[in-house]
Amino acid sequence: MRKSLAVRIANFVIGWSAAIVFFFPIFWMALTAFKTEPAAIATPPKLLFSPTMINMRAVLDSADYLHFFQNSLIISCAATLLAIILGTPAAYAMAFFPGGRTKDVLVWMLSTKMMPAVGVLVPIYLIFRDAGLLDTHVGLIAIYTLMNLPIVVWLIYTFFKDIPKDLIEAARMDGARPLSQFFFLLLPLTAPGFASTGLLSVIFIWNEAFWSINLTVTNATPLTAFIASFSSPQGLFWAKLSAASLLAIAPIMLLGWLTQKQLVRGLTFGAVK
Amino acid sequence: MAKDTQSKARGPAVRTGPLMAPAVSLLVLWMIVPLAMTIYFSTLRYSLLQPDAVSFVGISNYIFFFQDPALWTSIVNTLSLVGGVLVASIAIGTLLAVVFYETFPGASIARLLVVAPFFVMPTVAALIWKNLLMHPVNGLFAFFARSLGLPPVDWFSSLPLTSIGIIVTWQWAPFATLILLTAIQSLDREQLEAARMDGARGLTLFYHITLPHLARAIGVVAMIEAIFLLSIFAEILVTTNGGPGSATTTLPYLIYKTALLDFNVGMASTGGIMAVVLANIVGFFLIRTISRNLDS
Amino acid sequence: MVSLKLRDLRKSFGGFEVVKGVSFEVSEGEFVVFVGPSGCGKSTLLRMIAGLEEITAGELLLDGARVNDVAPDRRGLAMVFQSYALYPHMTVEQNMGFALRLAGVGKSERRRKVEQAARILQIENLLNRKPANLSGGQRQRVAIGRAIVRNPKVFLFDEPLSNLDAALRVQMRMELAALHRELKGTMIYVTHDQVEAMTMADRIVVLREGLVEQIGSPLSLYNEPVNLFVAGFIGSPKMNFLPAGLLSRDGGRVELSLSPDVRLTIDDVAETGSAQALTLGVRPDMIHVADHGPLRGQVLLVERLGNETLIHVDAGIGSEPVTVSHQGQYAVSAGEAVGLSIDTRRIHLFSPSGRRVARGLQPTQV
Repeated sequence: MRKSLAVRIANFVIGWSAAIVFFFPIFWMALTAFKTEPAAIATPPKLLFSPTMINMRAVLDSADYLHFFQNSLIISCAATLLAIILGTPAAYAMAFFPGGRTKDVLVWMLSTKMMPAVGVLVPIYLIFRDAGLLDTHVGLIAIYTLMNLPIVVWLIYTFFKDIPKDLIEAARMDGARPLSQFFFLLLPLTAPGFASTGLLSVIFIWNEAFWSINLTVTNATPLTAFIASFSSPQGLFWAKLSAASLLAIAPIMLLGWLTQKQLVRGLTFGAVK
Repeated sequence: MAKDTQSKARGPAVRTGPLMAPAVSLLVLWMIVPLAMTIYFSTLRYSLLQPDAVSFVGISNYIFFFQDPALWTSIVNTLSLVGGVLVASIAIGTLLAVVFYETFPGASIARLLVVAPFFVMPTVAALIWKNLLMHPVNGLFAFFARSLGLPPVDWFSSLPLTSIGIIVTWQWAPFATLILLTAIQSLDREQLEAARMDGARGLTLFYHITLPHLARAIGVVAMIEAIFLLSIFAEILVTTNGGPGSATTTLPYLIYKTALLDFNVGMASTGGIMAVVLANIVGFFLIRTISRNLDS
Repeated sequence: MVSLKLRDLRKSFGGFEVVKGVSFEVSEGEFVVFVGPSGCGKSTLLRMIAGLEEITAGELLLDGARVNDVAPDRRGLAMVFQSYALYPHMTVEQNMGFALRLAGVGKSERRRKVEQAARILQIENLLNRKPANLSGGQRQRVAIGRAIVRNPKVFLFDEPLSNLDAALRVQMRMELAALHRELKGTMIYVTHDQVEAMTMADRIVVLREGLVEQIGSPLSLYNEPVNLFVAGFIGSPKMNFLPAGLLSRDGGRVELSLSPDVRLTIDDVAETGSAQALTLGVRPDMIHVADHGPLRGQVLLVERLGNETLIHVDAGIGSEPVTVSHQGQYAVSAGEAVGLSIDTRRIHLFSPSGRRVARGLQPTQV
């Protein structure tokens, strides 16, 4: 469809202006990460400077940072894996052996996402305190598994539903029992779906800030909560904050860019594909 | 009976119970137990500072809470923040979805840059804006203001809620863009071409064809954002701590403060129930929209 | 020898009966086609035979044994799906060998059988490709190959040609018929296209609303349709149906009136019942343009197919125009008035209930 030149220029201008405006804070942060602390707060701000690795090195050399990074990694991967292990059988049952209540179960699962975290902060905090789960990996993994379970079930369910019925029937005619159907047919066909479900779940957990801040102190603290500690006045080292932030968001931003399309499906529970 | 036939017809009977049980039972526990406890606690006078002086007070926590101006301030703050960010992010998202629907040089890169903020963790987003950009002395905005000969704005003192709104909009407008762009891409090009043959162009085309097509997706975006925005927490914690005064104390932040700073379990639980009710009103509409989608 | 026997098969979905008692037998090596309009239950019937749909009532016998409750793969049947249902993540060879692999057949044996089937279908050069890299016709062959490899007792085809373009469909039709001759396998084939049924079948089962209307060889259905439905469904262009009033009857000879001034006399009518309002069925090629024919009308539309000319004439009888098929090319144009004559040796007469009560002289046997 040909558009007039004016419209095309307008699209170009608006599109790129938006790109610059939205990306600028991230760009500026990345720049600051390579400045010295005095350069970071200098007025006028320095666009040209000799980059230093001092902050990066400081952040990476500090055992603390790696500890928090590791926490984020362990917690997000473990919770995602658990949610997939728990959710896949349920998604399989509902996609291929739907009963009268299947739709209700799915909607109910979704509705658990409506529960605001603050609504259950007090009991969860008390349960965790009494069970000795505060500031532990296990505690956060449990919370995040449960938080992401509905999304995981929904996503895998929609991926299973996308498999043509004929294929399953052909496999049945070929003699595939449910277990072989699952391993020879469903799993290979939905492997990309599983991958994007997992990535989406990791992204969600990596960026979760409410529970991580309220349920951890140091031991199991993931990056979100660690970065929050920079808000205290004594943590006002902008260059170092920027370096730590850059390292914290870079991997997830890459994952996010790679899974954009599936992200939409997951974020809207399949309502927008 | 009909159900029975159906499952048999699909093949050798698979017992779905054991497959469903783990996920369903865990979610039931996750949903019921803490909520029941919150309801229970909300009827108690219960302070962690005096764990021995727990007593049943019925609905008096609620009565006290309703009479507390802090609650109403926090609800007004919550609704202003949610409403403002919703309007701004959806307006920006719709505009950008329309822009990115067309190709222009570098469109795919520009699109990646636009959606990037959505993947930034809330604490990083808030601190970057607070320090590097909005700081009244060393921030970039202050520098721009001074270069223009204007007095720099002390964002978090003079416009605290707006400042937080800007940060949150920066995070969520990309979300709206991403979803609406996907939705707009399912718009039939032939339908657009037919409308152009009929003489529609520019805004008319947008208003009569594109916008109605996007209506449902906009609804979904609005409700999902509302769910998340209703529990905005980290951005407030690391920027203003709810202040100055109670200018940025939202309902979630108020509950957090009551529970973990004042150690008042009873009152915090009462607030928690309020938050649940608020979220469920929004959630009801979201679920209705999405479950309607299950049939199609 | 009987290969497959259906005894009063019935299928209900949630109280709604879609197959309402179907009985017939299929002999070994026979090519049977189920044909009927959409919703007639033909696909459901095929899926019941395959074992993909549970049988609500009745019996299904395969080589004499009741298989109602036998799992699909244990029935020893193979099915070719309308969508082909090729496993997208497997190569052609893996697709064709999947059933054997599940059955525990060794690798070399599997390879031998797959190659043998591929040779028959001339797809040996495609064995390492994935379905996404195949054309529609090639996918169709792979789907058939997947069935051949299993050496099934019965081949089931569910509208396998409906996703192909017209030219390819004609070609695959011939290849399927050739394949049937070569494999000598029993085949059951579902289609809504009566041309496919006529060209490939040994016997056709015409279904409507879950019931068998008629079973027979293609020509017997064409020549001796038992009722209006079969008469209208088989044959293209469609048979003309003209309302005919019974004027008089004298032994086997009846006199009919098509309109106040058009009368026809027909011999050899077996039985007309007491009804006065009958329907006369005449195939388009049994009506000729004749200047002094008993029917007169105005040409509404002329379809020139080159080898054949279809002339639609408003003869003032019934609500539909009369279709005339003229061999070769014929100079006539819309708006012209023409006379029509009916070859009364080749007509069909139907009672008000739709049952055929008579036809003209015996058709020329082929």
